[in-house]
Amino acid sequence: MTTTELTDTEIISRVLLGEQAMYAKLVERYQNYVFTLVIRFIPNREDAEEVAQDVFVKAYRSLADFRGDSKFSTWLFTIARTSCISFLRKKRPDLQSLDNEKTGLQLENRDSGFRADLVEQKSRHAMVNEAIGMLSADDSQVLTLFYKGEQSLEEIGRIMGMEANTIKVKLHRARQRLKDKMEKHFQQEVREMQDD
Amino acid sequence: MESEIWKRYSWKGSTAVEQEKEMNMETPNEMEERLWNFIDGRASAEEQSLIRELIGRDAAWERLYRELLEVNQLLHAQELEMPSMRFTKNVMEEIARFQVAPATKTYINKNIIRGLTAFFLLMIGGILVYFLGQVHWVSNPTDTIIPKYNIDAGRINWGKALNSTAVNIFILVNVVLGFILLDKFLQSKKAARS
Repeated sequence: MTTTELTDTEIISRVLLGEQAMYAKLVERYQNYVFTLVIRFIPNREDAEEVAQDVFVKAYRSLADFRGDSKFSTWLFTIARTSCISFLRKKRPDLQSLDNEKTGLQLENRDSGFRADLVEQKSRHAMVNEAIGMLSADDSQVLTLFYKGEQSLEEIGRIMGMEANTIKVKLHRARQRLKDKMEKHFQQEVREMQDD
Repeated sequence: MESEIWKRYSWKGSTAVEQEKEMNMETPNEMEERLWNFIDGRASAEEQSLIRELIGRDAAWERLYRELLEVNQLLHAQELEMPSMRFTKNVMEEIARFQVAPATKTYINKNIIRGLTAFFLLMIGGILVYFLGQVHWVSNPTDTIIPKYNIDAGRINWGKALNSTAVNIFILVNVVLGFILLDKFLQSKKAARS
């Protein structure tokens, strides 16, 4: 069996037996997911990368505590979320609530950015990523975890420390807000997409 | 319109006609919620059939369904952000300086926790018994027992209290428990070192 075919649990067992290099497989497997989750909280790429690295280091050090009663990804994303919150607390004590949408200057800058970009055709991916970037950290995390992180409502609840029903409501609202953002800021692209 | 399809379903215990009325009166928000449940596959089989019929029959439901489906597809198509090319290398360099920490359960001894709990419970219990012993219970004319508190610290005879057998036993037990805890702690430290 090649190392790429190994399951997370098999890789973890081998790391715990002393094969430290095997951990690189887990990092490669989850780095994009973790980095995306972190960047939803911390828009600065350098800071996000630093926090994402820290997530993997913390996960490595606590690997023996991973009991396997949840998916490794769920456990890792929980570390990612708590690391982001600690980072933001340390760096920016005046930070707005995680429930708040990115407003004011941040949004204006984005607005002017994508208006100038209208001449060039945006890909669907770029458009949805930009729209998600306009949402609050919580909303964008729920959407990323549900659609890209392959996490169920229960698992997202575990990551965010909430009930699955609360997550269901949050997911519904996040999608509503995303739809509103897209209708408001990407009207032209949405229309073109619907015409296609 | 009382179509045949309504007769087949029973939603929230209402009749087919009531269901149709309910559905027609739904706000766009409620319609969205039902449609998202349908798209996510969380709707029951009955609900799914009902919504399928509605989408096929009602232009408003169909339009909203198409919109939400588009959003759903876009969300599935969202791209993950990629860190720098050196990311894995940086992590591996960083973890090379560390070792996997032993699992928490291996160094948190349940007996120590139990011992600490017993120690504090005994202390609280002892203090409570002592202070209750200081209360003078008197009866008033209506035969109701009202405690008369006499816990002025200045008037407590500490010498007498500390010389009583019960308190001496209490202190002795606590000292023994303290030694047991210290022993456990030193043993665990020695084991971790070896």
